[in-house]
Amino acid sequence: MLRASNLTFRAGSRALVDGATAGFEAGRLHLIVGANGAGKSTLIKLLTRLIRPHEGTVEYDGADIGHWSERELARRRAVLSQAVEVAFSMPVRELVMMGRYPHFGARPGASDLHICEEVMRYFEVDDMADRSYGTLSGGEKQRVQFARVLAQIWHPLESAARYLFLDEPLTFLDIRHQIDFMNKVRSFASQPDVVAVGVVHDLSLAARFSDHLLLLHQGRILADGSPAEVLKEEYLRAAFQVSPVLLTNPATGERHVVFEPAESRVVGRPDT
Amino acid sequence: MKGRRADRFWLLLLFVLMMVTTVASIRYGAIDFSSHDMAAAVYGKLAGSNDLTLDQRIFIQLRVPRAILCLLVGACLGVGGTLMQALFRNPIVEPGLVGTSSGAAFGAALFYVFGALLKLNLGGWTLPLAACAGGVVSTYIVFALAHTKHEGRSSILRLLLTGLAINALFMSGIGFLSYVARDPQARSIIYWNLGTLSGADWNAVLVVGAATVLGLVPAIANAKPLNALMIGEEEAVALGVNVGRLKWIILTINVMMVAVATAFTGVISFVGLIVPHILRILRGPDNRFLILGSALLGGTLLSVADLIARVSLRPAELPIGIVTAVVGVPVFVSLLRTREYLS
Repeated sequence: MLRASNLTFRAGSRALVDGATAGFEAGRLHLIVGANGAGKSTLIKLLTRLIRPHEGTVEYDGADIGHWSERELARRRAVLSQAVEVAFSMPVRELVMMGRYPHFGARPGASDLHICEEVMRYFEVDDMADRSYGTLSGGEKQRVQFARVLAQIWHPLESAARYLFLDEPLTFLDIRHQIDFMNKVRSFASQPDVVAVGVVHDLSLAARFSDHLLLLHQGRILADGSPAEVLKEEYLRAAFQVSPVLLTNPATGERHVVFEPAESRVVGRPDT
Repeated sequence: MKGRRADRFWLLLLFVLMMVTTVASIRYGAIDFSSHDMAAAVYGKLAGSNDLTLDQRIFIQLRVPRAILCLLVGACLGVGGTLMQALFRNPIVEPGLVGTSSGAAFGAALFYVFGALLKLNLGGWTLPLAACAGGVVSTYIVFALAHTKHEGRSSILRLLLTGLAINALFMSGIGFLSYVARDPQARSIIYWNLGTLSGADWNAVLVVGAATVLGLVPAIANAKPLNALMIGEEEAVALGVNVGRLKWIILTINVMMVAVATAFTGVISFVGLIVPHILRILRGPDNRFLILGSALLGGTLLSVADLIARVSLRPAELPIGIVTAVVGVPVFVSLLRTREYLS
């Protein structure tokens, strides 16, 4: 169980995240949605302690993570960032092994090597294990990065939950790999000891894959609940400043969100 | 593990290469020594004999410490380059970048100008001390100016740019000092800026040797967190690295190694830039291999350069900074062209 209480983070005088309070249960996939600048990435960074809040606390399993050591934290939570830039190219296998860094000393053990092989197979990058990362396509790179991130928390821990965070993981993937990726995230997140929280842009994708949605607007939580509770016209109009059309797929009952192109009002310009 | 065994093989190969160049370096020079001469000199010294010949004394008091100093300074510069490139995640960084070597050069220039002006009777330690102090002061200025309350993603970039700016400032200071200096002092400044090992003695070996060991041990101990930094500062934090602490450890190691080495030999550029690249092209970017490897290859490269500097214009010698590029560039450029390093 992940719990954020009254989280506030400011840049100058502006609050990027403003008093956010929310709970994220294990075994479910939680997705954060909102417009650009709504504070999604900042919230993820606060939840992972990549940045520290000016006010409020983050609790993993009921314990405040504020004073945990970096390594203690890294054994339990993994983060996939928007775009990872590798300074010096290296073989894919070595990059995936970095995910095991918090778990071994100078050199990897047999279980670390075994986990790397397993995650590479899971993400279908095992056939490029010896290739140089720099020669891969954008989508292949993203799959390798996800393999690295999952290697970090691949096996359950004794008496502690595992935490997975994804900050816009779909950016470089084509539609087939987006769906494939979301299915894998969902099946990983369905384990009873995994708390998975992600940021995605595509609302239809969010509706289809998430168990729990958090809609952010100007650093505040505007709506918090199931996809059906959050993806309502009034909330979406307030958060994105365009009119949504909500469609339901008659075959599956899934909710889809499209936006009317006519009302392309520029945000921030005063009404006349 | 296969990769690890290959790393050991490469380190052994680099070590053998270093020993071979060292033997060549102590054998040839203004005077060539045969293996018999060398053995006799070492035996005479070890036996505590007082009637060594002039040649034997040259060998023991100049040639051997110079060869060893060469290895140590090359090691410091090579390791400094590896550490800085890893820390800044940037391939064009060299160890002097945070202001250390230009500050040391400025300290040396001040020594030449004011030492002559005030007709001070200065002992052999004053120049290294002035240079080392200059290096430490300039680096401190860079750190103080780059430090802000809002530590974040841009902190390393800010340090890099501040270093560039302060380097430019100290270079113009050196330019000014050599402009106002009288001719012999101005020549000394220029000569020092090209690097020279002609001042090598056993004291220098001792001090630079201590700096090399004190730097290498913590550098190797931090090789794994440095690897994590290759995929980004935030990613390294996510992998459990205390990036703030790592940054200070690595910068401190680099400043100590580069300031001390530069203090005894002047500014030797290019070694710290290309040594890590040559090794990365050959073996990849794993710092667990690169740090020790760049100590060995840095020493080897500087030894070869010093040998060429001493024999090419016998009995005179060239400043080593003129030779390092001539030795290193052909190797570097041909490797860059043949491997898919920059893809």
